[in-house]
Amino acid sequence: MNALAIFRIAARALFRNKGRSLLTALGIIIGIAAVIAVVAVGQGAAVTMQTQISSMGNNLAMVFPGSMHMGGFRGGAGTRHTLTADDGEAILRESPYAVAVTPVVRSGAQVIYRENDWATSIQGVGVSYPEVRSWSMKEGDFFTESEVRSGSRVGVLGATVAEQLFAGEDPVGKSIRIRNMSFRVLGVLARKGSAAWGQDQDDMIVIPWTTARRVLENSPFSHVNQLLISLTSMDDLPQAREDISNILRQRHRLAAGADDDFTVTDMTEVTQMITQVSSLMSMLLTVIASISLIVGGIGIMNIMLVSVTERTREIGLRMAVGARRRDILMQFVVEAITLAGAGGILGIILGIVVAKGVAGANNWPVVVSPGAVLLALSFSAGIGIFFGFYPAWRASRLNPIESLRHE
Amino acid sequence: MLIRLQQISKTYRVGEIDIPALRAIDLEIARGEFLAIMGASGSGKSTLLNLLGCLDRPTGGTYELDGQEISRLSGDALAHIRNRKIGFVFQNFNLLTRTTALENVELPLYYGPWLSTSAKQKKATELLVRLGLGDRLHHHPSQLSGGQQQRVAIARALVNEPPLILADEPTGNLDSRSGDEIMALFHELNAAGITLIMVTHEPDIAGHAHRIIHMKDGAVL
Repeated sequence: MNALAIFRIAARALFRNKGRSLLTALGIIIGIAAVIAVVAVGQGAAVTMQTQISSMGNNLAMVFPGSMHMGGFRGGAGTRHTLTADDGEAILRESPYAVAVTPVVRSGAQVIYRENDWATSIQGVGVSYPEVRSWSMKEGDFFTESEVRSGSRVGVLGATVAEQLFAGEDPVGKSIRIRNMSFRVLGVLARKGSAAWGQDQDDMIVIPWTTARRVLENSPFSHVNQLLISLTSMDDLPQAREDISNILRQRHRLAAGADDDFTVTDMTEVTQMITQVSSLMSMLLTVIASISLIVGGIGIMNIMLVSVTERTREIGLRMAVGARRRDILMQFVVEAITLAGAGGILGIILGIVVAKGVAGANNWPVVVSPGAVLLALSFSAGIGIFFGFYPAWRASRLNPIESLRHE
Repeated sequence: MLIRLQQISKTYRVGEIDIPALRAIDLEIARGEFLAIMGASGSGKSTLLNLLGCLDRPTGGTYELDGQEISRLSGDALAHIRNRKIGFVFQNFNLLTRTTALENVELPLYYGPWLSTSAKQKKATELLVRLGLGDRLHHHPSQLSGGQQQRVAIARALVNEPPLILADEPTGNLDSRSGDEIMALFHELNAAGITLIMVTHEPDIAGHAHRIIHMKDGAVL
């Protein structure tokens, strides 16, 4: 008997019991649908995460000032005023790995334009900021080196702030008020969207860091909250971090063995954490889905055993008209594979539908990988073979004489 | 000779006790014979039919079918012989339910040499038409009368053109008119050269055969 004929007989036998076949395959359908949906949504989320992280900037490394400790008390990270814009200049000058550097001075204020006002964060940065964060201008220009040096009251708006304050009006050249001081708007940044942790990156105003420190904060010092460094390549990261550390330790005159008074971090740590969390999630869901598939497989075995008992006479008759034991074995194994395989296909369809629903509700892309589909199909066929073999073997061992007399 | 049995015996072992079902049977059946086997239940006639049909192996003796010694063949080889040389007709027809008459008749063709789907259909259709069921090809057994069902079963037995048909109480589930029709069909087949062996306990049905053998306690009288 050829494979196609066996498959046809199996399909016909299953079709004769449509309702029962569907119920039997339900476990497989749900299991496969769960796997496909989880993988599709998970990969979609991973892709989103990746884009968001790369939207942070070009091969980004960050330096924060270290924690302060005085008389046994230790403050949190960034409480010391040890990091200066000059440190950034030095890194750019001395490290072969640094392509561009910008200091960041963080502040926040209520911003007013005519009758509109909006509370937002103010970032004091250097001229390299657009390059470091790979951020282009939507309109107007970024401020210049001389404006930074002189601490001019100029600013560039994030897209969200531009919308909130100007509502369609062209902001370039207009005056806004920050803490009762007038700032001239030079331009608007292109929209970047939300960061990996959901924060709106466009809800801020960038001004020269000198202005932020001296004018806005009215501080005599020139320390900064953060240095953003664009590196030559992410592959050089370990050496680059080492290099930056050495330069800063030298500049800060730290004795050998003394703790760093700064921290160097980069996005790979965030990426790793997110990857870890998401892979843990998909592992858990895969375990649940596997349990569902095994339960589905047991369901198939159960129904196949019932089917073999019910069809004892048919088996006896097939033997009488010339079926060998292996023909009977094949017939029932193929029937189980067909049942599980059909369940697998339905499960894949259902899984994609569910994934699209979930992703649609969360604005995620759906990535249905052919690999996952192929794996799901072969896995369900495998379940068919594994759980169908025992009932099929029982069928093939039946005695034809007794089977023909079976009521 | 189509069939030659020499000293055929069959013993069932139940626990420690041997129960003889057939005792040293010698039997020769010529090609083209129409033979009836009669006997009370437990006389061994069904056991003999199962041995003749290669559904079972004897405990002792030799069985030669169509010139081939087959009493020691493997299960697969016996399946092959059942497919090519023997057609079975049962008391309860043994048709597959929810399966058309045509598909029922095609069944033995699946276990024979490869044939295309259309060739299988053609063969089965021709047989059913010949047996007067040309308008019932796509009916399920439940939509057919007993006599029609038995004719579908006979078509199934004939589809591989075997030289031998074994019938186990072929009229047992039929009214007398349908039974007569089946017997008429048997005569027709026999006239066409097919050897028929029929087990029955009805004397008038056995009367259709050319030769009747009686069995008692596992032996031919």
